Order: sequence, then C-alpha cells, then structure tokens
Amino acid sequence: MAETVLMRNFDRANSHTLAVYRGAGGYAAWDRARTMEPGAITEAVKASNLRGLGGAGFPTGMKWSFIPKSHTGPVYLVVNADEGEPGTFKDRYLLERDPHALIEGMLIAARAIRSALGFVYIRGEYVQPGRRFSAAVKEAYDAGLLGSGFDLVVHRGAGAYICGEETGLLSSLEGKKGWPKIKPPFPAIKGAFGQPTIVNNVETLCCVPPIVERGAAWFAGLGTKTQGGTRMYSVSGRVKRPGVYEAPVSITLRQLIERAGGVSGTGRLKGVVPGGGSAAILRADEIDVAMDVDGLKAAGSMIGSAGVVVMDESVSIPEALLVLARFYAHESCGQCTPCRESTGWIYKMVHRIVDGHGRKDDLDTILDVARRGGGTTICAFYDGAIGPYISYIEKFRDEFEGLCRS
Amino acid sequence: MTTAKTVAFTTSQLEEVRRLQGLYPDRRGALLPVLHMAQETFGWISLDVQEYVAGLFDLSPAHVHEVVTFYTLFHQAPTGRHVVAVCHNLSCHLAGAQDILAHLRRRLGVEVGETTADGRVTLQAVECLCACEAAPMAQVDDRYELNLTPDKVDRILEGLR
Repeated sequence: MAETVLMRNFDRANSHTLAVYRGAGGYAAWDRARTMEPGAITEAVKASNLRGLGGAGFPTGMKWSFIPKSHTGPVYLVVNADEGEPGTFKDRYLLERDPHALIEGMLIAARAIRSALGFVYIRGEYVQPGRRFSAAVKEAYDAGLLGSGFDLVVHRGAGAYICGEETGLLSSLEGKKGWPKIKPPFPAIKGAFGQPTIVNNVETLCCVPPIVERGAAWFAGLGTKTQGGTRMYSVSGRVKRPGVYEAPVSITLRQLIERAGGVSGTGRLKGVVPGGGSAAILRADEIDVAMDVDGLKAAGSMIGSAGVVVMDESVSIPEALLVLARFYAHESCGQCTPCRESTGWIYKMVHRIVDGHGRKDDLDTILDVARRGGGTTICAFYDGAIGPYISYIEKFRDEFEGLCRS
Repeated sequence: MTTAKTVAFTTSQLEEVRRLQGLYPDRRGALLPVLHMAQETFGWISLDVQEYVAGLFDLSPAHVHEVVTFYTLFHQAPTGRHVVAVCHNLSCHLAGAQDILAHLRRRLGVEVGETTADGRVTLQAVECLCACEAAPMAQVDDRYELNLTPDKVDRILEGLR
C-alpha cells in the first residue's frame, strides 16, 4: 500500500478537532514555516513539483511567485472549495475529516505570498462540511493560530458550477453573479476586490504542510518527473468499492480501478471518465495510462479534478453524454455566445438522438459545432464541455448511429 | 409559506449584516451571505426582499435581482417546508437516479420542480452534489441522504412533516 499523505488522519476518531490534529503532529509545519523567509517557502513548493489539484494542474509554487514583488497593498488568499466537477468528492472529505490541514496549509501559503486575509469559498450545498470547517476555524482562532497576522473568512456559495472557475469564483466572492473575468490580468496581478490574489484548491493547500515538514525532495519523489506527490482519486460509477483513494500520481487507471474492487455490473469495462465530467472518455483498451497531468494529456484526455467514473458494458454511452450535455447546457453562465448557444443546441441534438429521432448527420453537426467554439470563450468551461462531446461520439459512434433513424 | 411577514431584519440581524459586511474589503462581498440570511428568515427571496437587501448595500435592486436569479439555491418563489433535491448527474445516473426520481414523483404526486398540495415537499432534480461514492443520493434540506433505495426514500419522506 502506498504512503498516505493527504488522508493520513482520516481514520483517527475526531480527526476534525484541533486536539487530535495537534496530537498527530499538526501545525508543526506551520511552526517551522513561520521561521522561514516567505520566498523560501515558495521555492520549496516549486521544488516539490506540486501542481494544482482542482483541475488545471498549474504548478503551485510558480503561481505563488506571480504576486508582484513591488506590490505594497493587500494580497488575498482564496481557497476554492466550490467542488462541483461531476464525479469528484475529495474536497468534501478533506473539509469534513481534516479541516485543520487546510487551515495550516493556508497559514503557510499566506506567509509565502504575504497575505493577511484569506477566504474559503465553500459550495452552498456543502452545509455540513461548511459547518465542520467553520468549527475548526473557530478552534484555530481560539488557539491564536488565526487572528494573529492572518484572518480567515468562510464564504458560502449559492449553487453555480461556474463559480469553481477561479475568476467566476472571485466575481461571486465580490457579491456578483459568477461570471468569469477576461484574463489577463490574471488574479495574481488583479484578483479579488482588485488586489493580487492567489486562488488554490483545497487539496492543493493540504499538500503544503507535509511539503514543509518532510521536504520538497521527498514530496517530488512520490510522483512523476513533472508532478510531485500523491493525490486523492474519487472513484465512482460501476466499481465494486466506490470511494476516495489516495495514490501516487504515477498510478495507472487500470491499477486504480482494481483498487476500487474492479468493474461491477457486467464486470466488463466499456469506458472510463478519468478526470471529472469534462475529461474526454477513455475506452477499455486505453486504461494503462498514468494518472498524472502529463500522462492523461498524452492520452488525449485530462486528469482535471481526478474524478474517475467507471462505465461497464451495459451502460449506454449516448445516455451518459445526454446527462453531461444537459449539465453543460444548465451550467453555462451565459456570458459568451459560443458557449451559451452551443451547449443548448448540442443538448437538444443529443436528446433527439437518444429519443430515437436523430439522423446520422446530426453527429457530424454536433462535432462541427463543438469544435468551432473551442478556444473562443472567456473561460475554460466550454473547452471542458467539448471533451465529452467529441470523445463520446468519436469513440462510440456505432452506438450513437444505432439509435439514429436515418 | 405565505408572505404575511414584514420584510425587515430584526435589530440583531442588522448587527449581523454589518458584521458580515465588515469581513470583506468591499462590503458588497457580503451579499451572498446576507441573501442566505434573508432566505432563512423570509423563506424565499421575493422582489420585496431583493429590494430590501439592495437597500442594505446601497445597490440597485436590479443588481440584487441579477445575483438572486443566477444561483440555484436562492428560491424566487415559495417552496414546500422541505426541499428534496435528487442528483441526476453522471454517477447518480449510473446508479439509478431516474428510478429514485420516478419513485418520488409517484409517492409525492408531483413533477420535478413542483410542490405537494399540502406544502410539505418541493421536488427538484439537481446537478452533481459531489457525493458520487454514495450514489444515488439527494440533498434533503441541509442534509445529504446517501445510497438511496425506494425503501430508504419512503423512510425519509415519513420523517418530513
């Protein structure tokens, strides 16, 4: 069994409390980091090869280094706890079972970027995880960990997938509808409330205390050449033991499915979503792929948020695409015309095919519409939607054509 | 819920509004938290409530309306005393979310988006709630109800008064 880093405390009774976290060595990394130069913390995170675990996979230390050195005003640290990518549930576990790991990661990150104020944006539906996390924040204030140089505000979202996009999240935090912002300027230059801001995912920041405590080289050595560490894979769908599994990022998709008990249902694999709903689907013969950022990119998909959804042979791929097409049509924020119009149109076309009224040339129309919109929008939402549209149809075209009338 | 209540926060709620506004570099950052408060207080967010909240922030009612209508958790019409929101995204779909929704429609006698005649339950179908390891699942008011079966749904419904 591989080393557990992120889930190391999950099995302890009352792991969410300060006493238990401290008893397990918690906040020792912060004690060390508070004696380090801010720049040295960033250098350590760079050397660890930690890459963002929310979806984009951007190198975390490099992101931190983008805060302008000359800036003398406030800098904000914002945690993206707006988990919403279909098939992903790891951040919910961290918020509920190890909230102090996130607070400690924030304290260290805040020192690195010289931030005195942080926000944790938790999706509105996560009422219980939000309460759990807020209770931990109160404990940290009472213990003087927070409030002496760094303050933390827990902010509750209100139901919108697009707020998981970092600039959509910032718009929402500012009291607006969650419309993503045109980049540049990137948040590190001009983010929340017009000030330099670093937005990091929950799991990403939970990696930071172990990096400080056990060293960048150790963390880097857990992973691949271009991505350090372990990560938490959310595995669901047709597997015997759905759940969250921590593994080095070099694990293959085949190994991961085996860890989750293997394929359930018919027991024969048809396809797998490797990185959340927006990742291109992989066929059963494509699962000997390393589950890191670059491994899945090479396989024509993406690791995204590492939400793995397994489909056995009895699953209808057109129906699965219909579910996702409905999702994108519903969640498109409406700001950019190509996304707003295409997601709605494609949903209607997939619907017609699944209802048995489609034509084979509808499939080419979907592919054409999908490809034309790529790269034309303010944020990555539509580029994410294209992944499933194109891959489901290209890899399982026979199944779609079998439903068409002509 | 009827709208007999006057649209106004109590003195202590107004203190809480000012505290929330003080947490953000620009007080309008507190708009979502205050709208959550308003919904808990008034049951749903009517145009009158939107205008009232706008006044607390010196914002135009149009801005608040734009925000309220953007987010799925803000109710723009009265709901039942309980809201049952069934996830119908990919993992729940694979685990039979449609059967759970069909069972609920039958038991409650309403379609998705509707409220029972006695005002007890509003039924919704929603996108991924990120509890896919326990699919099919639903959010019932503040709680996640996991690994649903028709029997479990019936037991949950019995507990909703």
